[in-house]
Amino acid sequence: MKRFLEKAVKWILTGSGFVTSAVILLIIGFLFTEGAGLFGEPVVEEGYVLALNDDNPVRTMTAAEIKAVFDEDITNWKELGGPDLQIMTFRLEDADEYFSEEELGSRYEHAGAAIASLVKSHPGMVAFVPESLIPENPGLNFIEDKNISPGEVLGGKEWFPTATPAPLFGILPLLAGTLWVSLFAILFALPFGISIAVYMSEVASERVRGFLKPVIELLNGIPSVVYGFFGLIVIVPMLQQVFGLPVGESGLAGSIVLAIMALPTIVTVAEDAMRNCPRTLREASLALGATKWQTIYKVVIPSSMSGIASGVVLGIGRAVGETMAVLMVTGNAAVIPASILEPLRTIPATIAAELGEAPAGGAHYQSLFLLGVILFFITFFINLCVEFISSRNRAKNR
Amino acid sequence: MDRPSYPDGYSLRKRRAQALAFAIFRILSLAIVIVLFAILGFIVVKGAGVISWDFLTEAPADGMTSGGIFPAIVGTLLLMLGSALVAFPIGIMSGIYMNEYASRGWVVKFIRLMTNNLSGVPSIVFGLFGMALFVKYLGFGDSILAGSLTLGLLSLPLVIRTTEEALKDIPDGIREGSLALGATKLQTIWKVVLPMGMPRIITGLILSLGRVSGETAPILFTCAAYFFPQLPASVFDQCMALPYHLYVISTSGTDIEAQQPIAYGTALVLIVIVLVINLLAGFLRKYFEKRLKMH
Repeated sequence: MKRFLEKAVKWILTGSGFVTSAVILLIIGFLFTEGAGLFGEPVVEEGYVLALNDDNPVRTMTAAEIKAVFDEDITNWKELGGPDLQIMTFRLEDADEYFSEEELGSRYEHAGAAIASLVKSHPGMVAFVPESLIPENPGLNFIEDKNISPGEVLGGKEWFPTATPAPLFGILPLLAGTLWVSLFAILFALPFGISIAVYMSEVASERVRGFLKPVIELLNGIPSVVYGFFGLIVIVPMLQQVFGLPVGESGLAGSIVLAIMALPTIVTVAEDAMRNCPRTLREASLALGATKWQTIYKVVIPSSMSGIASGVVLGIGRAVGETMAVLMVTGNAAVIPASILEPLRTIPATIAAELGEAPAGGAHYQSLFLLGVILFFITFFINLCVEFISSRNRAKNR
Repeated sequence: MDRPSYPDGYSLRKRRAQALAFAIFRILSLAIVIVLFAILGFIVVKGAGVISWDFLTEAPADGMTSGGIFPAIVGTLLLMLGSALVAFPIGIMSGIYMNEYASRGWVVKFIRLMTNNLSGVPSIVFGLFGMALFVKYLGFGDSILAGSLTLGLLSLPLVIRTTEEALKDIPDGIREGSLALGATKLQTIWKVVLPMGMPRIITGLILSLGRVSGETAPILFTCAAYFFPQLPASVFDQCMALPYHLYVISTSGTDIEAQQPIAYGTALVLIVIVLVINLLAGFLRKYFEKRLKMH
């Protein structure tokens, strides 16, 4: 009985030991299945077709081109490799302009035939209509129905997930926004973080350190929404005044808030590393006549460099994944930022802002999971870096 | 030449460099202390006037432009409790396994790598995952159950790490003493190792609760309700939560003038929860340390 209990407990404990690994696998599995579904979605909205006149030789258009055509940024078929012909766009909403109610039928039963003849009579027309409306053998040409390609998503410069007829899922603006904000956050946090770590581990008296330590812990404990709220109420208006911006919500506001949030991570890890620097090293340096400051920057900092680096990398990880504070202060404009003073949008903020409105299972929904996958891998990579740095450090110290 | 004129034997240039460097460190450290107190002070000053008994015990009213935040407080406490029920048993058991059972080597290394990676996963990714698995796949819907499970998984790495570290510091001699007296491994863990590690484990658990109380992103799509004035009746109900309430009220409010005081009050309550949890953890740590020393 006793031995059975021992065995049973051992197995339960072993099982629980692998829970985190299982969770990681589940995260990868679920995010991947949803995210990869995006590449099985058609470029043109599900159930719709783009109908062309029979004489129009154009057969393929990318999502970006379709959007440009319907936004009237591209106005001639020449630009798409077709004849020199003015482009006319037609959406179902425009039907009333071309047809009377009788022509369409009270329940749109004649709409398909009416639209088909309209497209036939206008050589430059492209019509965005439901597939079910189009009659059989209409004598029209259609833009080939292709699936969204990874290249369009990973290399796309525009994020318009709700655009019709063809939503754009280019992640570059979001990626740029994320990296931009994190980079500036680390630039702000780095001098403060290292200085405080050095001060706490090398300079401050026990009493001052005993005061600073809880301050840093508390900074780490404050919820990100509170930072976001503080940023929204205090930092955003301040930046607007100082820089004379049209809107204060900007990448800079995000970086400042993120810098405060990433600071505790950097300080804690870097300070730990410096305190672990062997006493004999310090004493040897001091005995050679170096001042305390010389000892710090010539002996302590170089010898604890890997710890400091881990702290900085972990800080970057925290900044990249932070959602709420960034969502609240960066203004959420999905464009590639030209300067840090402009509104921008990060990957986590996009997920948080848009998932609520994206219909489950649709392309938009799946694209947000794809963003989750990308975010997961960015942080996964960052963690591996930390792991690598600290394992190299352990090997060196041995 | 000028060396002998200084008692500690450093040249003026070196002493100046040191004084300058240390002054910079002091100023930057002071700046951070000021930042913390600015944030705390700002929210305390603006929020203190809002806090009243009614604010803490009433439901929001008039489209969330007046009334209190009682359902949000209850929701946050429920989520803390729920996530604790998920994370504490699994996390402590996992920590015990890592330190007491697992053979040193690739197994421990692998699990530790995975745990570290999990702790680095952004909270919004947990939110996505919780939505896909608990809300959709397992069909819990937006519910306290789904939110608690998501938050529990989020705090799992923290619990595992503190447990493991607490147990690691217990000297092997104590385990060997117990085993030498004829106790089994399980008895040793249950009667000797765990009681000794408990103080530090408890401190870690409390801190993980603090983290859970402020998380917003994981509950956005798994649990949080924009407005749910009655208290949840079962674990399959949605609930309001303080951090989410603060988020919606400060970003998508309908009447900013009327809602800003509520936002300040909510932020203050959140901060107080975090402060109390931090102080409690610090106090317990000191208390247990003292008791251990006396033994």
